[in-house]
Amino acid sequence: MSRHRWELAVEMLIEWVIRLCGISAIIFVFGIFYFVFREGAGLLFSGRFSLAQFFTNIEWYPTSQSHVRYGGLALIVGTFSVTVLAMVIAVPFGLCAAIFVSEFCGPRLRETLKIIIELLAAIPSVVWGFVGLTLMNSVIISLFDTPIGLNVLNGGIILALMSVPIIVSIGEDALKAVPDTYREAALALGATRWQMVYRVLLPAAKNGLLAAVLLGVGRAVGETMAVLMATGHSVRIPTSALDPVRTLTATIAAELGESSVGSDHYQVLFIVGILLFSITFVVNLSADLIVRGIRGKA
Amino acid sequence: MATKKIEVTDLRIAYGAHEALKGASFDVYANEVLAIIGPAQSGKTSLLKALNRTLEFTAGAKAFGTVKLDGEDVSQIKNVSELRRRIGMVAPLPVGLPMTIYDNVAFAPRMAGMRGKEQLDELVEHCLRHAALWEEVKDRMDMLGTKLSGGQQQRLTIARALSHNPEVLCLDEFSIAIDPVTTMRIEEVLKELRSQLTIIMVTNLTQQAHRLADRTMFLWAGEIIELDRTDVIFSDKCANRKTYEYVNGIFG
Amino acid sequence: MSSMTGPSSQKPSAHFIKTDFVRKKERRELMAQAIFFVMAVLMIVPLVLIVSYLVYKALPILSLEFLFKVPTRGMRDGGIWPALLGTVYLVLISLVVATPIGVLAAVYLNEYARESWFTRIVNLAVVNLAGVPSIVHALFGLGAFVVFAGMGRSILAASLTLAIMTLPVIIASTKESLASVPRSFREACWNVGATRWQTIRHVVLPNSISGILTGVILQVSRSAGETAPIMFTGAVFYKAIQQGDVFAYGLLDQCMALSMHLFTLSTQVPDVPEALPYGTAVVLLVTVLSVNALSIIFRVYLRSHRKW
Repeated sequence: MSRHRWELAVEMLIEWVIRLCGISAIIFVFGIFYFVFREGAGLLFSGRFSLAQFFTNIEWYPTSQSHVRYGGLALIVGTFSVTVLAMVIAVPFGLCAAIFVSEFCGPRLRETLKIIIELLAAIPSVVWGFVGLTLMNSVIISLFDTPIGLNVLNGGIILALMSVPIIVSIGEDALKAVPDTYREAALALGATRWQMVYRVLLPAAKNGLLAAVLLGVGRAVGETMAVLMATGHSVRIPTSALDPVRTLTATIAAELGESSVGSDHYQVLFIVGILLFSITFVVNLSADLIVRGIRGKA
Repeated sequence: MATKKIEVTDLRIAYGAHEALKGASFDVYANEVLAIIGPAQSGKTSLLKALNRTLEFTAGAKAFGTVKLDGEDVSQIKNVSELRRRIGMVAPLPVGLPMTIYDNVAFAPRMAGMRGKEQLDELVEHCLRHAALWEEVKDRMDMLGTKLSGGQQQRLTIARALSHNPEVLCLDEFSIAIDPVTTMRIEEVLKELRSQLTIIMVTNLTQQAHRLADRTMFLWAGEIIELDRTDVIFSDKCANRKTYEYVNGIFG
Repeated sequence: MSSMTGPSSQKPSAHFIKTDFVRKKERRELMAQAIFFVMAVLMIVPLVLIVSYLVYKALPILSLEFLFKVPTRGMRDGGIWPALLGTVYLVLISLVVATPIGVLAAVYLNEYARESWFTRIVNLAVVNLAGVPSIVHALFGLGAFVVFAGMGRSILAASLTLAIMTLPVIIASTKESLASVPRSFREACWNVGATRWQTIRHVVLPNSISGILTGVILQVSRSAGETAPIMFTGAVFYKAIQQGDVFAYGLLDQCMALSMHLFTLSTQVPDVPEALPYGTAVVLLVTVLSVNALSIIFRVYLRSHRKW
């Protein structure tokens, strides 16, 4: 009944391959950071680029012959404004929908809604961008009587629609994680469902819901095609929701094709990439820590 | 008595800070039936898992001390699969693997490299007959093992444990999830098997130990309270008051 | 609305007199339920609205011919064949790369890794990989595959970038389905002397194949829709190929892609007939949504055909 020696050797090999694949995620995350950093490092550490200027100056003239400026403030504010608007819309919708799906609806409706959420999440970002460019654009023009409808509002609404599915599904998970005994105890004491949700569930699930919101923020900050197509194309600090802006992601997408590999312009776009990577890394890390926090206690 | 099949010396099992077994030393003789009785959480299952080294799959579990099988320290055995094939193990809850009945029984020999169709057919029939399941399933060998009834699945598990021709058969509370009639049938099976192999059975039914075992060990809170001939344990001549109280249902 | 049966909808018994407090409480309950219901249902609206709007606008152009013709007159006429084919190439190659790595990574995380700080870091890396913005993946693909590895802008470089990007999708769904295989099956295998890998190969993987396939399908949908990661690594605005030619692209060629084509038509080419980008959008959307629907149907079917 003894097996061949080579069979055992093959098995050992397979186990090593499995281990290697297991740590592939770590390798890739480091790889991403390394290669993005590598391409941007040349300019980052040369005298021609200053971080202080990048974070405080609004002049973004990366291709100018005589007046090169790498002021990223307008881009950062652009990303920030669109993200904030998106969250203002998406968070109440997302959380309410999560509460409804998890607490107020029957199993059949729940399954249907979850499928719809899944499909909503599956719509490609370029299609969202296209919707922003066409449908939302004309809606905004006719509603607000502006000459062009590609602006913070447009991008914010599109991003909100894109972030809602994440907030709903993660939020629902967080609510599901609250033990049923809590619900039963509250209802047994004569609370209505709303009281139960408001006084018992929300406090109990607040970490998970916060994580859901953070992941929504992560998605909004990192989204590229939709904001590239829907927010208009001007590097400036917006004064109202009807001003066009340009985000960090859109800047890379719009300019990388025109820059030649290795040039200062090319490198500064990688520096923007490092910034984006860092932002989303911090956001995802904190979301994860918050979620693990609950598990640690439970 | 006969030769020592298994020698356990100062076996300690710890799950993190919690010590499940606090230094057990005992021998198991060839071809005897040893029953291990004791209340829940007394370390019985951990003890069995240490014998065939499946404890290694439990996160955080550590075993100290030595277990010898035929005089050979099991922790030094390179081919762990070989060791596990020498010790058959039946878990408390019946587990039919999600494959056909035939494949369930042929699984272990196939994993060990047996390929011949006739050889396998013969072995499958032999094991199923031994486990008193053959007559019930011989016409539906293609059925999923998971679709059998609980009692049938437990006999299937025993057939699977016999399929790798073990020298020792360990049963961990095998009757916990099956009806009394099936339990009696399996007990009959065990009585037939005792001439061929060594049996260690963990049970919380003291009467089962009384019916089947040559010797009985009383384990309580990770310590061996008493190990003696079954007729001694179940008499009023047992050495420890706790044993008497436990087997007579005064505590437990 | 019949499913919303809160305590308030039950008839109070005859001797139960409603105080103002109770009335207020019940009013609030009803209001809350209504608000939540509306918020949830509002999510259906954009999906229906967007799909029907796009389809309506694309109707004049949608036909089988549209799929199999090449673009003509500077992309102002004709079909989308090169883009469709390019997307198929990109998706298939990234699938071939990502599936084995993703499945084995999930096997490692679920079957081998113990609870430790290291495992936690691996899990964290998976979560973070999923959260990296698509444009940063594009930068990575450009820096690592196109420039460093010397692949140039090519299908290969773009597919590898997509593969890494979609890896978390398959890891997550495989892990979930591996975890749904009861531990007792594994223990039964170990007890009869099967090694860890034999157990995985013969019992765990065959019984979680449904979840793995669901992950693969989701990965298809995800990589078919992505634009940013392929923009600078291999996808181009226009590439001339023969109509209906299935083997038009080589591994190191650049290619067109549906998502990229939509972007191109709607922002880069002036005077495009309106129906053309809408048609492209509908083809892309329908592809992605039907692949997703397939995974949902598949999941429901397999859930009702479990072996235990």
